[in-house]
Amino acid sequence: MSDGCGAPAGGAPLTDAGNQAVIQGRVAQAGAPVGTGYARLLNSDGEFVAEVPLGADGGFRFFAAPGSWTLRVLAPGGIRAEQVVSAAIGEIANLEVAV
Amino acid sequence: MSRSDVLVDADWVEAHNGEDGVVLVEVDEDTAAYDKGHIRNAVKIDWKKDLQDPVRRDFVDKDGFAALLSARGISNDDTVVLYGGNNNWFAAYAYWYFRLYGHQNVKLLDGGRKKWELESRELVTEVPQRAATSYTAADPDSSIRAFRDEVVAAIGRDNLIDVRSPDEFAGRLLAPAHLPQEQAQRAGHIPTARSVPWSKAAEEDGTFKSDDALRTLYGDAGVDFAKDTIAYCRIGERSAHTWFVMHELLDQPNVKNYDGSWTEYGSLVGVPIKTGDES
Repeated sequence: MSDGCGAPAGGAPLTDAGNQAVIQGRVAQAGAPVGTGYARLLNSDGEFVAEVPLGADGGFRFFAAPGSWTLRVLAPGGIRAEQVVSAAIGEIANLEVAV
Repeated sequence: MSRSDVLVDADWVEAHNGEDGVVLVEVDEDTAAYDKGHIRNAVKIDWKKDLQDPVRRDFVDKDGFAALLSARGISNDDTVVLYGGNNNWFAAYAYWYFRLYGHQNVKLLDGGRKKWELESRELVTEVPQRAATSYTAADPDSSIRAFRDEVVAAIGRDNLIDVRSPDEFAGRLLAPAHLPQEQAQRAGHIPTARSVPWSKAAEEDGTFKSDDALRTLYGDAGVDFAKDTIAYCRIGERSAHTWFVMHELLDQPNVKNYDGSWTEYGSLVGVPIKTGDES
């Protein structure tokens, strides 16, 4: 993925962050994955930084800078959800977002 | 140009989809998105496979662009409506190509794939069969594409708009936050560049902000509308979105997209670089 903007994160969740500050997770509604929707990453000022479509399993992943972030989920039917998360180099923040 | 010349909404697409002379084209960052479902009758352009030169660092040339559109069944006089995910990021990039190679009637679906999906509008998986055409591309319009020497010359003279995220601008990150930070170029920004992250031009549903809101956004960041403008990002795609805003929506006359962008500039020997949040 280094040679372009690449595809958004998908596939199996990472288990080793390496030198990245990873924020990843899944979105579910009543236990079922939300496969259509978007995960947005907002910085500590509430400014939009990045967005990925949810995977079929409701998954999303960001490689962030260290610090405090807000994860916002948008899905059809006016669904919105937010979680505050903090990221650190070498660590994976795993989120389970219920909508 | 005005907004109505370059943007259509979802109702327009539903009303005109399938008409002769109207071609929908999906262009996504996630090149697999189309295969999971797309607007009926839409064809796909893959920004990486179809729009880049496979060997040199450059994008598809005039003949390659003509061959691509011919194979997709697009004619010179068709109305092409581009859409994609993530605020039309890659759709705007493809739009810039269409303009660069002289296509007259090209528009973006305002809000793109995201707004369409969030409104639960129809997506299908069947791929339309369009007869091949003999598309003729024009010579590339160099008035909308900037190269590195022009960028260096523009420092302190013209508007340089850095449309990456604040962390990339300051040099804290080298790529957008949803991509691995694995590159080796120097970090920072071009001196005197104003930081206006591309996504600030879009509402949360992916539609473009109003002209007044856009003028305020760029004006407050220090962009002088009386000057020529060069927009850049990391590899020229987010800045194509800003080029669209400045050139097509706000009707600024001399706006160029520097598609070499930070991956080129941040690797040049001897050019000035600034780090930190200040221009």
